[in-house]
Amino acid sequence: MLLSTVIFLPLLGVIAIVLLRGLGASAVKGIALAIGLLTFIISLGLYTGFDAATATFQNVTQEEWIPGLGISYHIGIDGISLWLVLLTTFLTPVCILAAWNSVEKGLSGFMMSLLALETGMLGVFCSLDLFLFFVFWESMLIPMYFLIGIWGGERRIYATVKFVLYTMAGSALMLVGILALYFQNNNSFDLTTLSGPFRHSDLLFLGFFIAFAIKVPLFPFHTWLPDAHVEAPTAGSVILAGVLLKMGTYGIIRFCLPLFPDAAATFTPLIVTLAVIGIIYGALVAMVQPDLKKLVAYSSVSHLGFVVLGLFSRNPAGIQGSVLQMVNHGLSTGALFLLVGMIYERRHSRMIVDFGGLSKQMPVFATIFMIVTLSSIGLPGLNGFVGEYMILFGSFVEGAFSKVYVIFATAGVILAAVYMLWMFQRVMFGTLDKTNAELPDLNAREIVVLLPILLFIVWIGVYPKPFLSKMEKSVDVVVTQVKTQSATGHIEERKLQNSQLALQGTQHEKNEKEAQTK
Amino acid sequence: MSLELIVVLLVAPLVGFLINGLLGKWLKGNEKLSGWIGALAVLISLICSIIAFTSVHSGATPFDETLYEWITGETFAFNIGFRVDALTTVMLLVITGVGFLIHVYSIGYMHGDPGYTRYFAYLNLFVFAMLILVLGNNYLMMFVGWEGVGLCSYLLIGFWYDKKSATDAGKKAFIVNRIGDFGFLLGMFTLFAAFGTLDFASLFDAAEADNFQKVFGASTLVIATLLLFVGAIGKSAQIPLYVWLPDAMEGPTPVSALIHAATMVTAGVYMIARSAVLYELAHTGEVVAWIGVLTAFFAATIALTQNDIKRILAYSTVSQLGYMFLGVGVGAYASGVFHLVTHAFFKGLMFLTAGSVMHAMANELDMRKMGGLRAKMPITHWTFLIGALAIAGFPFLSGFWSKDEILHSAWGSSPIIYVIGLVTAFLTAFYMFRLIFVTFYGESRADPDVASHVHESPPVMWIPLAILAIPSALIGLLLGWGGHESWFHHFTKGVFPEAHHEASGNVLLFMAISSVVGLAGIAFAWMRYSKRAPSDEPTNALHKLLANKYYIDEIYNALIVQPIKNGSHFILWQLVDNGIIDGIVNGVAAIIRFIGGILRRLQTGLVQAYIVSMVLGIVLFLAYYLFFG
Repeated sequence: MLLSTVIFLPLLGVIAIVLLRGLGASAVKGIALAIGLLTFIISLGLYTGFDAATATFQNVTQEEWIPGLGISYHIGIDGISLWLVLLTTFLTPVCILAAWNSVEKGLSGFMMSLLALETGMLGVFCSLDLFLFFVFWESMLIPMYFLIGIWGGERRIYATVKFVLYTMAGSALMLVGILALYFQNNNSFDLTTLSGPFRHSDLLFLGFFIAFAIKVPLFPFHTWLPDAHVEAPTAGSVILAGVLLKMGTYGIIRFCLPLFPDAAATFTPLIVTLAVIGIIYGALVAMVQPDLKKLVAYSSVSHLGFVVLGLFSRNPAGIQGSVLQMVNHGLSTGALFLLVGMIYERRHSRMIVDFGGLSKQMPVFATIFMIVTLSSIGLPGLNGFVGEYMILFGSFVEGAFSKVYVIFATAGVILAAVYMLWMFQRVMFGTLDKTNAELPDLNAREIVVLLPILLFIVWIGVYPKPFLSKMEKSVDVVVTQVKTQSATGHIEERKLQNSQLALQGTQHEKNEKEAQTK
Repeated sequence: MSLELIVVLLVAPLVGFLINGLLGKWLKGNEKLSGWIGALAVLISLICSIIAFTSVHSGATPFDETLYEWITGETFAFNIGFRVDALTTVMLLVITGVGFLIHVYSIGYMHGDPGYTRYFAYLNLFVFAMLILVLGNNYLMMFVGWEGVGLCSYLLIGFWYDKKSATDAGKKAFIVNRIGDFGFLLGMFTLFAAFGTLDFASLFDAAEADNFQKVFGASTLVIATLLLFVGAIGKSAQIPLYVWLPDAMEGPTPVSALIHAATMVTAGVYMIARSAVLYELAHTGEVVAWIGVLTAFFAATIALTQNDIKRILAYSTVSQLGYMFLGVGVGAYASGVFHLVTHAFFKGLMFLTAGSVMHAMANELDMRKMGGLRAKMPITHWTFLIGALAIAGFPFLSGFWSKDEILHSAWGSSPIIYVIGLVTAFLTAFYMFRLIFVTFYGESRADPDVASHVHESPPVMWIPLAILAIPSALIGLLLGWGGHESWFHHFTKGVFPEAHHEASGNVLLFMAISSVVGLAGIAFAWMRYSKRAPSDEPTNALHKLLANKYYIDEIYNALIVQPIKNGSHFILWQLVDNGIIDGIVNGVAAIIRFIGGILRRLQTGLVQAYIVSMVLGIVLFLAYYLFFG
């Protein structure tokens, strides 16, 4: 019940805004913020009530939805989705507060989109039914489509269409995969009863993986991201980078790895190669961007490359690091977009050349920007380091691939410093231009928006144990699922098993048909 | 010794940082208070360090405890923990001792700077990070400090951030250090893969017992130690990553003294001394020694021709760090660390005196515009002279002892290294006294405006100079008397493995040779520069090459920086991303639109057209079945 409340409370907020929007803009903002905060506070109950000693799903609700098709409303969280749920409920009120004065037209629509988006995202992270998952996955597209398409920048239509088409292309493949699993699972969409090996697992794996890789985005599926980010309003960018991208990596850890361990092993060299290319390529392209938002967007390609690398290391340290890094990236990149948005509201430009010397004029802004930059660079003592270190160390020490990949990935650590510090220097240092001499420093609301993020940036960096300990068991389960299946089977043995199972499957179908005809 | 003591020692500067950092706005009106808070924080650490030192000195077993679990899982544990043994306490005393004096000095030096509180916040943060680096009981803690000092170095080099050259230098320092850190990280990973831990105590025990996974076969330790050494090359400014240190002189001069001479840049030497067990087993010391001695020589040749006093000191630091690596490389760990200690005093002293000169000369750094300062700045002159004599190896001053020990040990390892080291000693004496004679002797060449304002620095600045001059002169004699039987060797005995290269030959003979070489360098400098300033234009090709620092920065820029920048812009971004990938994406969209456009024509809405096509279809089907069916 608690989990359902968390998921659907924002939707209730949407209805409330529809009914009460006549009361004016401040009422709409107030309702949205109150609902956002309330959802976050209630979601904290998920953390306090979470039992770290077990890997089974918790806060489970299962109700029949469309029983004739084996579809049920089945939700629950484990130590992995817990963090993504909390990240979502945390970032949404932050975004609402950040958008306080920046939305000029259609405020109620904007807030409704944000809240509806929250329900969609939470649903994705909590669904234990493949059909339900798909419904949430697709439903999330609609509010995002509006956010970019209505409140976006000049080329918003191009960006929105690109974003939606990219995602739909992936979704189509995933839908085929979901249906295939359904038929192989006695006509049930229930994720918890799914157990491999599945027929055509290579193809199914790819179907799911490409859908998720587009979302991540993994090189070379990333070109929708810079466009979407540049055109999206600040809140949209924050949610996009902070949460939406994590759906891709979450999907990999929830579906691709445990359901198709053999296929995951087969494709590991290819995927890890793409991840490492993404790390270095994203960093190098980020380095030369003239637009702050594009720079941050490309840096996401680089950061998410680390996450994918860690996931496919298929060992506890690497995967835990990846899950933590999903949260970290949501915090620090979310904060970066917020900061860029704040400066954009003042100067109406995101071009690096238009700035310089802001440290003098906006010292508070500069200090916070510096801390977030360092977090993004992976400085020890801040959150980014813990995640990156665990990913690299896990991949190197017992990764499921050659150490050469890790060496290249580690080189990405150098490049992160290059593009972030160079950007910082050009924006913050140097002499202050006359046009910027009047820019006001952050106001109280903006500081309130950023401070909670800073708190977590330092907390995770200094004492990550509360975060790691809750996810440990769940990650271990993923690791064993990946290992037991792929390790026991030499390829020949696997093929044999597969064909036997296939036989059994067809036998099963025959029996059923016979029963029906009788 | 107790955990509480260590925590207080460590946390005091952090508290200072937080006070100056968060309350800076309110402290602005009262800069003295801000400065003394910073200095007091380090004084507390100094007192704790002295307590820790006496405890270790009285024979207590090394302190090794965990504060809390940091990054842990079932198969890995990285903790926040501390180790305090003889080597640690030596480092602690240098950091907090020199650090405290430099904080006090800064109170005067930074007077009136708009970023006063920010300066002390950064400086305190630096001390905190440096303490983590030397207090950690595992490599990851060391790395945390390692990166932390790098950050503070970045912030302090670029302290005057409206100067582009300063922020460029800060950025360069951070990035070049990151290249080293890349090696350090991989070294740590290799060690963990082999040993399953990064804790010094258990790791070194397992290494000595040969009880570890040979992840890279027989060369496991070779690879690990060389990767760690890459980190040291970055942090301690050795060939080929030394390029950031001369530029780092853009920072305030006390920062150069503390970070870029006395403490941070010696972290690499500390790391190798700490890992002595591994370097002995891997036999990779020879690589370290060669890099060290070549850097020492190379940097000294550049220092010969520079005219900016801080740059001369910077190249001198690079060169002296080379000596330290030479020392630890040939297995003379105690001697290498001993040189680290003496160097911290005399080089810190010289930087502060250089700061004193700048203070008097309206921030002038070009010594061709100085001359004759001796008369107006007697304390600065004398203290600088002591530092210069110490580095030149003048008999019985501190540098004489430590450098001689290193050269003596080098002889036992390789006579070629010894000779290069000796030549470098000559160059060192020469360039340092060239600096002295041009700056403090002869006629004044300063602008009359500047010259009339030249004055001795205030007490808050010259007292630290005077205090630092004492150890610069005497510490070698006190701690180093007796060579390998000296107090210093005795104190650090338990930390380092027994040296393999027995120092051979007559100790006194080596001392005599070193002294003669040093004095010759001084005399040569006197002949050339006591009466005249260096020429403005390079006199010959070699001079030009040296004056331009072998064009290394230009070469790096042309071969590495520009290709990466242009390649990323034109090839990766414009061509691959915008051209190829988006070209394909938009191309697919265009094709679909094109097909859709054709298909659209079929949906004309005219019933006749539909009927025609229907009939046509039926005819075709019938025809197919009639002829092929």
